[in-house]
Amino acid sequence: MKRLATLRSIVIVVAVYVVLQVLISLGLINPYWQQILSFAGIMAISALGLNLIYGFTGQFSLGHAAFYGIGAYAAAYLSKSIQSTNPLILLLGIICGGILAGVVAFLIGLPILRLRSDYLGIATLGFGIIMKIVFDNADAIIPSLGGSRGMTGIPRLTSFAWVFAVFVLGIIILRNLVFSSIGRALVSIREDEVASEAVGVNTTKYKTIGFVIGCIYAGVAGGLYAHLYSFLHPSNFDFLKSIDVLLIIVLGGLGSISGTIIIAFAWTFLLEGLRVILPEAILDWRLVIYPLLLIIVMLIRPKGIFGGREIKFLFPKPESFKTPINRSETSK
Amino acid sequence: MTYFLQQLINGLQLGFVYALIALGYTMVYGIVRLINFAHGDVFMIGAYFGFYLLGRFKLPFPLAMVGAMLGCAILGITIEKLAYKPLRNAPRIAALITAMGMSLFLEYFTSLKFVFGPNYLAYPRPFPIVNFNLGGVTLSNIQIIVFGVAIFLMVVLQIFVAKTKTGMAMRAVSFDKQTAQLMGIDISRIISITFGIGSGLAGAGGVLYGIAYPQINPFMGVMPGLKAFVAAVLGGIGIIPGAMLGAIIMGVVEVMTAAFVSSTLRDAVAFGILIIVLLIKPTGILGKPAAEKV
Amino acid sequence: MSALLEINKLTKSFGGLKAVSDFDLNINTGELVGLIGPNGAGKTTVFNLITGMYNPTLGSIKFQEHEISRLKPHKIAKLGITRTFQNIRLFPELTVLDNVRIAYHFQTRCGICHTLFRTKRFNEEESQLREKALEFLAIFGLETRYNEISKNLPYGEQRRLEIARALVSEPKLLLLDEPAAGMNPFEVGRLMELISFIRDRFKLTILLIEHQMKVVMGICERVVAMDFGEIIAQGKPEQVQNDPKVIEAYLGSVTDS
Repeated sequence: MKRLATLRSIVIVVAVYVVLQVLISLGLINPYWQQILSFAGIMAISALGLNLIYGFTGQFSLGHAAFYGIGAYAAAYLSKSIQSTNPLILLLGIICGGILAGVVAFLIGLPILRLRSDYLGIATLGFGIIMKIVFDNADAIIPSLGGSRGMTGIPRLTSFAWVFAVFVLGIIILRNLVFSSIGRALVSIREDEVASEAVGVNTTKYKTIGFVIGCIYAGVAGGLYAHLYSFLHPSNFDFLKSIDVLLIIVLGGLGSISGTIIIAFAWTFLLEGLRVILPEAILDWRLVIYPLLLIIVMLIRPKGIFGGREIKFLFPKPESFKTPINRSETSK
Repeated sequence: MTYFLQQLINGLQLGFVYALIALGYTMVYGIVRLINFAHGDVFMIGAYFGFYLLGRFKLPFPLAMVGAMLGCAILGITIEKLAYKPLRNAPRIAALITAMGMSLFLEYFTSLKFVFGPNYLAYPRPFPIVNFNLGGVTLSNIQIIVFGVAIFLMVVLQIFVAKTKTGMAMRAVSFDKQTAQLMGIDISRIISITFGIGSGLAGAGGVLYGIAYPQINPFMGVMPGLKAFVAAVLGGIGIIPGAMLGAIIMGVVEVMTAAFVSSTLRDAVAFGILIIVLLIKPTGILGKPAAEKV
Repeated sequence: MSALLEINKLTKSFGGLKAVSDFDLNINTGELVGLIGPNGAGKTTVFNLITGMYNPTLGSIKFQEHEISRLKPHKIAKLGITRTFQNIRLFPELTVLDNVRIAYHFQTRCGICHTLFRTKRFNEEESQLREKALEFLAIFGLETRYNEISKNLPYGEQRRLEIARALVSEPKLLLLDEPAAGMNPFEVGRLMELISFIRDRFKLTILLIEHQMKVVMGICERVVAMDFGEIIAQGKPEQVQNDPKVIEAYLGSVTDS
């Protein structure tokens, strides 16, 4: 049974990849849309990380973009300094980006993860804003990072294949992590931190684990992003970008892996799609329609579009692990 | 020394504007536990109301001020009724995302050409600037007005909350919504009033900001909004004097950092202080230490 | 023989208020001790101090001769003291099985590598764990409910699940905080049976807070009465029940009224 399910997942993944590659090689997906597709995958990776932090572990973070930025700048700095277009540099870059994001997450997480709920959100928001200022002034210390003028000259190494590979790996790792003893410990913290301690879960340790791994996802996504457009600007990592990721996981349903992925793609394509669909004259309306849609969706489906359910055929999940549907209180 | 005093006055000026915004944040959070991200944009719209009332309609300053406050109060109540009220029993995060959506909507909608337009506009001057020299320190009539109006509004608010029946009801609702309801308090009405007052104060803040820093655009509310919110947390969210204290600290720290350290670091220092205060005393400077009930 | 739990001069103050002061209590292995007292007497605070949820202001708590008063709650749980809560704290959105499986958490040996790559060892451990958890639920008659979301269980079963969850780690000392609260006489009877049953089955020492005299009189061997954070009487249940100080604490003194 289990093996069959695994096999089915593999078939689906390969099929999706083959179909997309065929469409690309036939020219049905032009380079512009390829880039959008890659970007959507990157957003999904980053959002999976935040879902681990907030959706599964229940730790409210409003500073995810900071870790995304740390990964992006670290990876870009590496490949720019090495001055090589060998694609393996990208691999090295995203690994370093992920590690640096994880290390920073560990250092900042140790003190601030003691905070609960909104207070944690505010502290991470503060950290995000401080990091944005650091990026803005990074050229004062390392000139090649470009500071507020933006960082240029990053080799364009991220291809759709790379994003797809990292994306699939990211899903597998997250799934394996969440549906395990470690995952259950994380979820128990979200459910009731006091009870979790009382049954012997070292909540400080697990909160830190969840936070660090989630931020590594952001860092890896950032590394891919840096090599996608070959240009970085601090405004790509400001407070609003943290909110973007947050709304993806909320719309997708907190604690739902498939929901996160679907919404990450839908969200990216909606934003870009509006650019294409809307006539020139009312293109300004794009960013008016988008928040309106957001408000309407939230009003109609306050528990996310899929309400915390997983899509079964993609996730042959071990029985009995149910994800939260109803979280009316994030604070106690 | 005079330079320091001068910067202190400038810091206070900024701090008082922040305080007017922070009050709305703190009151709304106290009552519905929502970080109302759209609040900074209400402040921005208040500045535009003032812009039109002063510039186009040539209203005298006090009338423009009252007009902007009323306009913002109505806007705030409307936003609450449309966007937040339906989510009162939904997960809190849903309301937060909606607030964010509302914020973006207000920013981009007002950026449209037929609304306010995306460009910076120069704020009209309702009166000529007069500078008073006090032993080397300059105090402008604008600063006096900012201080005067802000202090006046805060005193009125304090009296309102402390002495009137509605104010008492507000405190009751923020303390325990269910019990308040059982005591016959109309929760929806109190929430509306809270949004109205908070938005009105933000509107006043917008006009003061406009005359003090005479350039406005549809995104001007983002940073002051965030900082005012941080100020509210710094002082102890939900506590009215805390918001004033926090805002004044934020304003002074920001200006002092710009003057004595580096203007690029002004925000970093302010947010750094926030994180440190949260770590030492998560409930804020004036907040009561909350022992978790097990 | 020394006591399983030795509490010495335990004091906890919140600001100026002394919630617990100079509290001394020894519990021997195998005892079933009741802790009674009016609301606000400091009973739950004593529990929170023993389980490490609060750090004491003064005094010591020794468990099997180890000082535990500064340890973190999860460490204390691992040493063998677990508890239930006055207002049931399950993991509300998780299934009954997961509620119990989480408590098995520190018995799993697979590291993060096994977890991430779903090795054979991981799969074996997971299925063993599942079996163990289901068997365990069966002891409490909850095995058929294993896939139910715990917050949907009836109240009595939630209590039972919470007790079951506290016993997974095979503690030596179990603290029950008002287990009979909100139960009707029939349910109280079943609860008393359950407590006696788990006590024999798991060779437990139990300290329980209770208001219902029926429970206290029915199963406790020794009763400690508290008021204003201090012990006012202790001894055999009947003895404590008739102690004038205890009666005064509950009913108020005659001169008061």
